[in-house]
Amino acid sequence: MTENKTLLKPSRPVGIVGYGAYVPRYRLPAKEVARMWTGGRAAGLPIKEKAVPGLDEDVITMSIEAARNAMKRAEIDPAEIRAVWIGSESHPYAVKPSSTIVAEAIGAAPHVQAADMEFACKAGTEAMVMAMGLVGSSMARYALAIGMDTAQGKPGDALEYTAAAGGAAFIIGPAEESLAVINASYSFVTDTPDFWRREHQIYPEHGQRFTGDPAYFRHITEAGKTLMEAAGTSAKDYAWAIFHQPNTKFPQKAAQMLGFSPEQIAPGLLSPVIGNTYAGAAIIGLTATLDIARPGDRILVVSFGSGAGSDAFDIVVTDKLLERRDKALKTQDYIARRTEIDYAAYARYRGKIRMK
Amino acid sequence: MTEVVIAGIGQTRVGEFWDLSLRSLGVRAIRAAIKDSGGLQPQALYAGNMLAANLSRQAHVGTLLADFSGLAGIEAEALEAAGASGAAALRQGYLAVASGLVDVALVVGVEKYTDLIGPGVEAALATTTDSDFEAIHGLTPAAQAALLMRRYQHEFGLPADGLAGFVLTAHANGAGNPNAMYRKAITLEAYQKAEMVSDPLNLFDLAPNADGAAALILTRRDRLPRDFPHPVVQVAASASVSDTLGLHNRPEPLWFAAAQASVEQALKKAGLSREQIDLFEYYDAYSIYAALSLEAAGFAARGQGWKLAAEGESGLQGKIPCATMGGLKARGNPGGATGVYQAVEATLQLRGQAGANQIPDARCALIQALGGPASTAVTHVLKRAD
Amino acid sequence: MEIPRHWRLKQQRYGLVGEVCPHCQVKVFPPRDVCPNCGGEARTPYTFSGRGEVYSYTTIYEAPAGFEDKAPYTVALVKLEEGPLVTAQLTDLGDKPVEIGMPVEMVTRRLRQDGDDRSILIYGYKFRPVMN
Repeated sequence: MTENKTLLKPSRPVGIVGYGAYVPRYRLPAKEVARMWTGGRAAGLPIKEKAVPGLDEDVITMSIEAARNAMKRAEIDPAEIRAVWIGSESHPYAVKPSSTIVAEAIGAAPHVQAADMEFACKAGTEAMVMAMGLVGSSMARYALAIGMDTAQGKPGDALEYTAAAGGAAFIIGPAEESLAVINASYSFVTDTPDFWRREHQIYPEHGQRFTGDPAYFRHITEAGKTLMEAAGTSAKDYAWAIFHQPNTKFPQKAAQMLGFSPEQIAPGLLSPVIGNTYAGAAIIGLTATLDIARPGDRILVVSFGSGAGSDAFDIVVTDKLLERRDKALKTQDYIARRTEIDYAAYARYRGKIRMK
Repeated sequence: MTEVVIAGIGQTRVGEFWDLSLRSLGVRAIRAAIKDSGGLQPQALYAGNMLAANLSRQAHVGTLLADFSGLAGIEAEALEAAGASGAAALRQGYLAVASGLVDVALVVGVEKYTDLIGPGVEAALATTTDSDFEAIHGLTPAAQAALLMRRYQHEFGLPADGLAGFVLTAHANGAGNPNAMYRKAITLEAYQKAEMVSDPLNLFDLAPNADGAAALILTRRDRLPRDFPHPVVQVAASASVSDTLGLHNRPEPLWFAAAQASVEQALKKAGLSREQIDLFEYYDAYSIYAALSLEAAGFAARGQGWKLAAEGESGLQGKIPCATMGGLKARGNPGGATGVYQAVEATLQLRGQAGANQIPDARCALIQALGGPASTAVTHVLKRAD
Repeated sequence: MEIPRHWRLKQQRYGLVGEVCPHCQVKVFPPRDVCPNCGGEARTPYTFSGRGEVYSYTTIYEAPAGFEDKAPYTVALVKLEEGPLVTAQLTDLGDKPVEIGMPVEMVTRRLRQDGDDRSILIYGYKFRPVMN
C-alpha cells in the first residue's frame, strides 16, 4: 500500500470482532404510498417496499437487538467494551443519549464512553471510524459502533417511498480477534446541503435532483477512488462492494462508475426490499455481505451522508468468520420475517395520526 | 371468646350515581345500619375502600366518613386490601369487638368509581397488581383474570361458554335484589354473543365496577337492645390469608391457595363442616374467579368448579347456592365495599329477610372477598344464633 | 414524573436480570432478595436467557391510561426456561396466532412513556415468537 496521508489507518491493526443487524418486521410497499399520493401510478417506483418499525420500536430498541447479535458473534465480556457510539438521525431523544440505554442493556455500563452521532446517512460509519481510532490507538480493546434509523419522509414526498428503519452494530477490536480486518478507512467531506432537517422540524427537506451528482455520486466516487488508489486496488480485487443505498438505482450506478459488477454488489443491495435505512443503510449491506462471504474475500464499503460526505472502508474477511457467523440471526432472517401493512397502519405506527 | 353479632346492616343501591359523592354514599349506608341496629352508637369506624385516593383524590376515608356521619370524635380508620378491603374492614371490626376493647364497631365499605371517567379507571385498578412488574406491562385485573381463564380452559378442556353458568345464575339472582345494579336475567345466547374485553374474557365474564356503600354495626351479644327486632346473626369466624401479590410468582396460578387456606381456617374456627354451609357468597368479580373459589373452598374438585354452575348446583335451589343476591356480577362490584355487601346480603339470608331470593332455613353462610387473584383472601362465617 | 422508580429497575427491565439463590440455586424473577423456595437471602444477580414459552395470554382491548395508544395489545404469562413465570407483553406477532406452549424470546422494547410527550421513555422486556 502506498503512503497516503489522508487515509485513516490505525497504528494497531483493527477489525470487526462481532456484527449484528436488525430490521423490523413490518413492510410498506412503495405502491401503497403511490396509491395514497399519486393515484396509484407505479412506474419508476424507487424500491419494492420499505421496513417500518412497530409501535414499541425505536432507534434504541433496534440498536439493542443489533448490538446483542454482535455480542453473540463476538463472544466477549460486555464489561470490556469501552465505547458505545450510535449514529442516527432519529434518536428518540433530542437531548439524552440513546447510547447510555444501549450500553446498560448489553451490560457495557458503567466503565464506558457513550455518545450519539449525527451525520445524516453516514452517522453509523462515523461511529465505526471513531471506534477504529479508539481501538487502533490501544486506548480500548473493544468499541461498539452502531448505525440505526427509523427514518421518516414527509407524507407524499419522494422520500416517503424509501425512508425506512433498520441498521447494524459492529464490535471493533484487535485485528487478530476479528472476523474481518479493516485495513483502512478514508473520509471525504464537503459542505454540500443536499438534504437537511432544521431543529424542531419533523420531516427533512432535500434538494431533489441536487442530491444526485454534486452530493451522492461525487462523494461516493471520490471516497471509493481515493481509498482504492491508496490501497493499490481496483474493483476486481474486491469480492464484494457496498455503497450507500438510498434507493435501488443510486448504488447500482455508483458501482458502475467505480468499475464494480452487479454481482459484486448483489448481497449487500437491500434497499429494494427494506428501503433506505439511512445511518444503517451501507452497513446493513455489510452485515448481509459478511453473512455470505468467504475467508480472504475483500470488501469495499462506501457510505454517504448528506451534508455531505462519504466514509470508505477496505475490509478483508478472516477464517474466524465461519466459526462465528452462525451464532446470531442473519440479516436475511430479518428480511424474511415480513408482515405487509397498508398506509393506514403505517400512518398509525409512525405517529402520523394526530391524537391531540 | 366474646360472641360478636351483626346488630345492624345498611346498603345503598349499586350503580352509577353521578349526583352522589364518596362521602354521601358512605353516610347513607352508615345511617341505615345504625337505624337497623336500633340506634346503637359506634365507638370505632373501620372503612373498607380501595381506590378513593386514585378515583376521587381522597385519602383519609375513615375520618371523612366519621366526620360526615356526625360521628367525629370516635376512632376512624380505613383499610385497603384491593377487592378485599371491605372484608378486611369487617375483620378489623370483628377483632375490635371480640377483643373487648370496643363495644360497638361500625364497619363501612364504600367505593365511588364514577368520580373518574376514562382509561384512568383501568389504570387505577391496575395499581392493585404489582406496579413494577405487572401494571407496567399494561396488565389490568381483568386481563389477569383472562390469563387465568385461558389457562383454565386449556388445562381442563371446557367449552368456550363453559363459565356461562356463573353469569346466568348471578343475573337470575340479581333480579330478586332491589339493590342490585342489574335486575334482569340474561340468556345463554346473550353471553355467547358478548363482546370480548380481554379475550377469552367477555363483557359478561366480568362484574361491573360501580358505586356503592354498605355498612354493618357489630357488637357483643349482651349489648344488643332489649327489643332488638331481628333474628341474631353472629360472626362465627374470620380468617385472612395473603399470597404472592404477583400472579406470576405462584407455582400454580390456577390454585387460589390463600382462598383455600382462609376457608379452611374459618370453618375450623367456626367448628363447621362444608356440608353445614347453606350459602356461599364468593368473589365473582370474574366468572373464572367463581370457579376457582368453589374449588379452593372445597365445594368442587380441581378443574370441576365450572360444572357446579353449568349443572345448576350453584343456584338458589342447588347444592351450594352462591351469589344469592346477584353476586358481584349482577349486584355490581363496588370495589372496597364489596366485602361489606356480602356480609349484609348473607345477614339478610340468615335473618330470613332475603325476599324472593330467600334460601329456606339458611343458618350458616360462608362469605369470601378476594384482593387481586386471591393475593388476599378474607373469609368469614356468619351464623344464625338462636 | 416517576423517574426514580423506573430508573432503579433498569437492569431488570432491559436485560431480564433477576437473582439466583446461593443456597438452593433457584432462579428468581422478579428479584425479591429472599428466596421463595428456601427462604434464604438471595441477592446474587442472574441474567435470564430470555427464552421461554407462553403459559397463558390475553389481548387487551380496553387499555389503562398510558397504554391507550398501543391497544389492542397482548399480555402473556411466559414460563422462562429457568423456571419462573413472568408477566410481559408479546410483540411482533404478525399473522401468527398465539398458542399456549408457543416458544418465545425476550426483546427489549418501549413499554410506555412516563407521562405526556415531554416525559421519559420507559424501556423493558417483551417477548416475541422465537426467530430461527
